[in-house]
Parts: sequence; C-alpha cells; structure tokens
Amino acid sequence: MPLVGVLAIQGDFQAHSQVLRGLGAQVREVRTPDDLHGVDGLVIPGGESTTMTLGIEREGLGEPLRRLVRSGKPTLGTCAGLIMLDRAHLGLLDVACRRNAFGRQVKSFEADLDLPALGGAVRAVFIRAPWVAEHGEEVEVLAEVDGHPVAVRQGNILAVAFHPEASGETTLHEWLLEQASSTNGGQTG
Amino acid sequence: MDSVREEGTFRVKSGLAEMLKGGVIMDVVSAEQARVAEGAGAAAVMALERVPADIRAAGGVARMADPTKVEEIQQAVTVPVMAKARIGHYVEAEVLQALEVDYIDESEVLTPADNANHIDKWAFTVPFVCGATNLGEALRRIAEGAAMIRSKGEAGTGNVVEAVTHMRAIGSEIRRLGTLDASELAAAAKDLRAPLEIVRSVASARKLPVVMFSAGGIATPSDAALMMRLGAEGVFVGSGIFKAEDPERTAAAIVEATTHFEDAARIAAASRDLGAPMAGTEIGALEAEGGLLQNRGW
Repeated sequence: MPLVGVLAIQGDFQAHSQVLRGLGAQVREVRTPDDLHGVDGLVIPGGESTTMTLGIEREGLGEPLRRLVRSGKPTLGTCAGLIMLDRAHLGLLDVACRRNAFGRQVKSFEADLDLPALGGAVRAVFIRAPWVAEHGEEVEVLAEVDGHPVAVRQGNILAVAFHPEASGETTLHEWLLEQASSTNGGQTG
Repeated sequence: MDSVREEGTFRVKSGLAEMLKGGVIMDVVSAEQARVAEGAGAAAVMALERVPADIRAAGGVARMADPTKVEEIQQAVTVPVMAKARIGHYVEAEVLQALEVDYIDESEVLTPADNANHIDKWAFTVPFVCGATNLGEALRRIAEGAAMIRSKGEAGTGNVVEAVTHMRAIGSEIRRLGTLDASELAAAAKDLRAPLEIVRSVASARKLPVVMFSAGGIATPSDAALMMRLGAEGVFVGSGIFKAEDPERTAAAIVEATTHFEDAARIAAASRDLGAPMAGTEIGALEAEGGLLQNRGW
C-alpha cells in the first residue's frame, strides 16, 4: 500500500492518519522537509490556518510541498488544508478562499452533502469552515453549500471545506489511495 | 444542499477541539497581546481581563471579562477566541455565547459562582472546556457536556509541577481502567462518580472521548513538550507568555516545541536566548495561604 504523508504542524492530523491506516495505508507525519522523502500522496489536515502557515514558513516546507504536489502526487486538503492550497498560500489550487465563511463556532454544523463525483452522499462536518469565493476554469466544483463551492478538484488535488475525517467518512481518503496506487504503478511500471 | 443543517452537535463541538490539537492556546488581555499571540502561531487565544498571575495578586472576586474586552480581542484576530465563565455561572456563559465566543472555559481560575453545581453544558450551542485534576472529575465534566478537557495545573504560578501531577494521575487512571473486566468497571464507575457508559468507552479506547490539553504553570518550551510527552494533545499557556521577558519569542518557541515535542534538538534550538521566563511560585507557599485554585470544582 502507498505511503501517505500527513502534514503534522498542527491540527487534526491524527484523525487523518487513523482513517488512512484503517484503509491499509502507511502513514508518515510530516513536520520537516525530510519527512516528505518517498511519500506517494499528501494530506493537509484541518487546523488553524494561521498557525499552519507560520509553521510551514518556519520549517521551510513551502517549496518542498509545492514540488511534491506539482510532481503529480495525489493531494487531499480539508478545511485549513483547502486554505493552505489556495492562491494566497501554497498557490497550488486556482481558488481564492473566504476564511470562517459560515461564521464563528456557534454557526458550525454538520449535514449530509451530495458528492456525486466521488460516488454519493457523505456526512460533512463544517467547523469554522471556509468556502471557495473564486476559482479558475481548471477547477471542477464537486459540491456547494448556499451556492458556494465547498468541494473542488483540480488535477491531482482534491480539497474540501469540511472534515470527512471527523465523521469517519472514508470516500475521500479512498480516492487518495487509489490515485496514489495508480501514480505509483505508472512510475515503477 | 437540501439536507438539514445541524448546529451545536457534540461532534461539531468536540470537532473544534480536534482542530486545535498540537497547538498552543494563549491567555491575552488586550487586542495587542492577541495579535502578538496569533503572530507567534497560537492556535487560539483566551480573552481575559487579567492573566491568572495578576488575578492571584489582585485578590477579590474574579469574574467573566467585560464584553467590550472580548469583542476587542475577537476583532483583532482570526484564530478562535475563548473566554472564561465562573464555575456554575450559566448566565455568564449565556452572555459569552451571545458574544459568539468560540469556546467557553468554565474555569476555576475565576471565583466559583455555585458551590454545588457546574453549568449544564448540553444546553449550549457553543462548546465548553473544563479543568480536571483526576479522571473522575474529567468524566463528570464530560457527562455534563464538556467537549474538551484540560488537565489542571496551578494557574498563575509558572510552576509545572501540579500540571505534571494531574496529567500523570489522569493517564495512570486511564491505563488502570484498561485492565479491568466488566464487573470491575461498574465498581470503578462508582468510585470515579462517573457514568458507567463513559467509563466503559474510556476503558476500551484507552483515552478520553474528547481532546485533552494541559494547563496551569507551563512557562517554557520544555514545559510544553513535557506535557505533550505525558499525553497532552496541546497546551494552554496563561501567564507564561506575557509575564516573560520577551513574550513574542517565548510564544513562538513554545509553539515550536509543542509541534516538535519528541525532538530534543529542536526544543533546545527553540529555547535559546529567550530571556527570563516568568519568575514562578513555589506551590508550598500558596498551600500555606490556602490559595490553591485547582481545588475549586468537584
């Protein structure tokens, strides 16, 4: 099974690791550029986007993360992970996010969200969640809430404003592992 | 989206604590301090009228912060803003919920308002964090609806010894539960004065059903890393930041050490030339005065 790097600067990286391990993947927590060596896929978890931004800067992780994702490794970002991937941060996803778009914590919610591109409905937990305010033509919108995109895909990147890992949903992680296996197969075969 | 939106579910409440994991929550008393904390990498800030060391020095009754203070801090930063309500003071909690703080700390650092009852936290949409010195106390708070636990230390002392004692107590009690059979668990629940259902879930998961941070007396990067090593999933730092000689660098160093808590070389690098940490207090001296905050709450 593929080796997935989970960015572990701050946030709910353990919840992602648990889902991935449950699906049979190997997981490595990523805190420094060296930790990225040899990973087949990447998860940028939920957490505080300001804290994560500062941590990525402190560790010199910006360029290594960009190189990894641009090399085609499948990448999943959830909530703060979506923000990290946007134009204003790592610049890997052609979207502009609005942070805390639904409001403060009292407005956080969960709901069933239809995600036909990935095979059906998921239980989506939105916690002080962002939404996509603007996006380029190459970005495919997979789901919306109140007319705002909350799940997008661009090439090897899947990014969502909610937390599949918080409700035990495995659909998005399964996508990541499938992509990682086929990318790997392509390289070694 | 057609489906029903559910706000304030336990998953949504405890979920925010999940997002704070591996992070540092810092006490702040002004917009300026809040910006320093956020700029140093705080995962959240706790809006206060005074830090615990000053509450201790001032004496008298310590209450919820002025709403103007809370709002000033909310406007200054984008990270979550927490605020403290007195134990049992559900009206202070309602006020903080109306202000839309992101988390309420029902805190022993303030003067308790009810000597018998904690707040019924299920009645709120906003999540609560509560302190605990032992497993029974933690589980009783969770039964009342707390969505996050912080092990208590002795706030405002800059002395980590009490935080260590309580974190070890909780960890060792959890490990012990893991060794008990079904009938022994029923007896343990009675001893812990906690619902059997929660006791069973802790015994099988070998951890609390909510995120547990450590708090009270953490003053250095090594203190923060020690608490992480003992099982904390993140740390609260109160007086330790803004009572230090160089708050900005101390804050950033504690954040760094909390991420790299298993890497002594990184903790060493983060700890260099920070200037003096807060002075700190011997616990024995406070005990003699009968002034331990940790004994509030039950």
